[in-house]
Amino acid sequence: MVNTYEETEVAVEKRFVPKPLDINADIAWAKINKDILRSLERPRPIFWVIFIASFALFLVGVSCEVYQYQTGMGVANLDNPQMWGLYIATFIWWIGMGHSGTLLSALLHIMHADWRKPIYRYSEAMTTFTLLTAALFVLVHLGRIWQFYYVVAYPNERWTWPNFQSPLVWDATAIGTYLTSSLLFLYIGMIPDLAICRDNAVGIRKKLYTFMSLGWMGTDRQWANFRVTYLTLACFLMPLAVSVHSIVSTDFAASQQPGYHITSFPPYFVAGAIYSGLAVIITLFIVLRYTFRFEEYMTMPILEKLAKLTFAAGMVWTYLNLIEYATTWYGNDMYAKQALIYRATGPFAPEWWLMNFLGSVLPFALTFKRVRASIPVMLFMSIFINFGMWLERWMIISPTLAHGIYPWTWDDDQWPSFIQWGIVAGSFGWFNMLFMLYCKIFPSVSMYEVKEMLHERRFFKSTNVATARDSAINPDLAVEGGLAS
Amino acid sequence: MSKSHMLALFSDFDQASEAIRDLKSSNFEGFKLDDVTLKSPIEHPEIEELLGKRPVYVRIFTFFGALFVPLLGFLFVASSQATFLLQPKGGKPVIPLPPNFVLTYEFFILGGVYMTVLGFFISAKLPMKRNKLYNARVSEDQIGILIKAEDAIMPAIKDLFTRHNPLEIMGGDN
Repeated sequence: MVNTYEETEVAVEKRFVPKPLDINADIAWAKINKDILRSLERPRPIFWVIFIASFALFLVGVSCEVYQYQTGMGVANLDNPQMWGLYIATFIWWIGMGHSGTLLSALLHIMHADWRKPIYRYSEAMTTFTLLTAALFVLVHLGRIWQFYYVVAYPNERWTWPNFQSPLVWDATAIGTYLTSSLLFLYIGMIPDLAICRDNAVGIRKKLYTFMSLGWMGTDRQWANFRVTYLTLACFLMPLAVSVHSIVSTDFAASQQPGYHITSFPPYFVAGAIYSGLAVIITLFIVLRYTFRFEEYMTMPILEKLAKLTFAAGMVWTYLNLIEYATTWYGNDMYAKQALIYRATGPFAPEWWLMNFLGSVLPFALTFKRVRASIPVMLFMSIFINFGMWLERWMIISPTLAHGIYPWTWDDDQWPSFIQWGIVAGSFGWFNMLFMLYCKIFPSVSMYEVKEMLHERRFFKSTNVATARDSAINPDLAVEGGLAS
Repeated sequence: MSKSHMLALFSDFDQASEAIRDLKSSNFEGFKLDDVTLKSPIEHPEIEELLGKRPVYVRIFTFFGALFVPLLGFLFVASSQATFLLQPKGGKPVIPLPPNFVLTYEFFILGGVYMTVLGFFISAKLPMKRNKLYNARVSEDQIGILIKAEDAIMPAIKDLFTRHNPLEIMGGDN
């Protein structure tokens, strides 16, 4: 029984604070600016270690590509029937990984999930850079880079037939749309923060931020337009992200190749994309948190939510994976069934079983709070899950092509050459380098949205406590269906 | 009668909204609420209760972009295919609808997104030259009220602001 006003207040505060706060609600707004802006100037030394290592990897990739360009595609050990190999597998992996950033940001924005606010910016940037990295593989895979423009279908005087019936053309259109739209979504969301950077920068940085912030002053008219624009873009980007990866899946599903011609491929690809994207968001979360001293913003409750979401995505992916196996098995198409058996028992069996373990079994560890609460364990978990998802793409491409309809085309011995591995490694260097540069030049945590998050928290808390206190003191004031009930 | 600008900075939104509420009820001659601008580090949609709804034309752009760009896209694709009218297609249609719908859908998104962004720039008047009466603290943690009013009533407005304990008042002296 509570008696005094103060006791009542404490009691209702204990009772009605809805859930643990994702970040400390008492951080001063000026401190938010200071902390995030400091990340643009003085990251921890590990930043330079990552950057230099990434640059070295990138050089490895460039050297391999130059060698392949000079010598010919033979050095990649790509030939019929294995004409795609690691290049296209990694291309799909990068494309897929990019889907979670923007998709998650848009989805959580529409659902008003405020825990997205400290992490959405770098996730969107990740999308942009993964798409740029993926695009490199189209060039690398071509071999004859100077003839790239032949790929783009357009009516022209050479009378090249623009084959709009080909999923590859849909793919190019969809990815182009996604890249430019994601870039605009990222940029528009960044304008208020660029204005903060402009107000605090000097020299060439000030010029850059002044140019990019477009004279933003935070007026009520600008905010009103901003709110509508950002929400509208989020609404467009959600179906776009789903459409892009389902279109990527039609590159395979629309073919007659056994192992590719599967109805569930579009949702399977989308689920895989979200799953691997979430895993990489966790990896980058941990790296940025340490490198840029974001411990106060990228907090453990947010990491825990990401881990739960990853587990959910992993289970969706597992279900769709099992559905694929089941329909192939019970569908009794001789060729498709043989392709499945070949994957599980042939020369690619170790990779296939490892993929299933990393993608479907390992995420069960995320159900344990101790795992979710440990940063080193989460770092390794996210990397291993992503490795599993990379294996998944490889297992879609290579074993299937190695074991087609006609036995005389079968080929078990085309293991990727060092050139292929080198270029794949180079793509990681390229991505890391671009991403780390981005984080050094632009704020990777949204300052104004973190402030909004705190503002809403304070407002929510004070409103709830006030309402609850009123209703506890005088039950007649209780809001119908509200907190007092 | 010449007009000038004044910017008052407040430490929080509640103080600033109280000042605007007072300003609204003061009925200064020749003063319009349209001439009041709130500058804030975050969005405060609740200010619309005091200042009225601000014009947002973004959705009009979105509507037209999402309507016409896919139509143009479909025509672009179909006309490309129709260029090859005389080429043998092995029984396949010259303008195949299902794949064209996939591409039209992408154009729908593309048109919607691009026109929304264009609408944002036009409706929010971006890029714009920054007003001289700008304080960087507005992008940090303070709330600014920018007023455009006739010189004759500026001192009265300044007095009103002063009653609400502003952190700083800039301008208002022509």
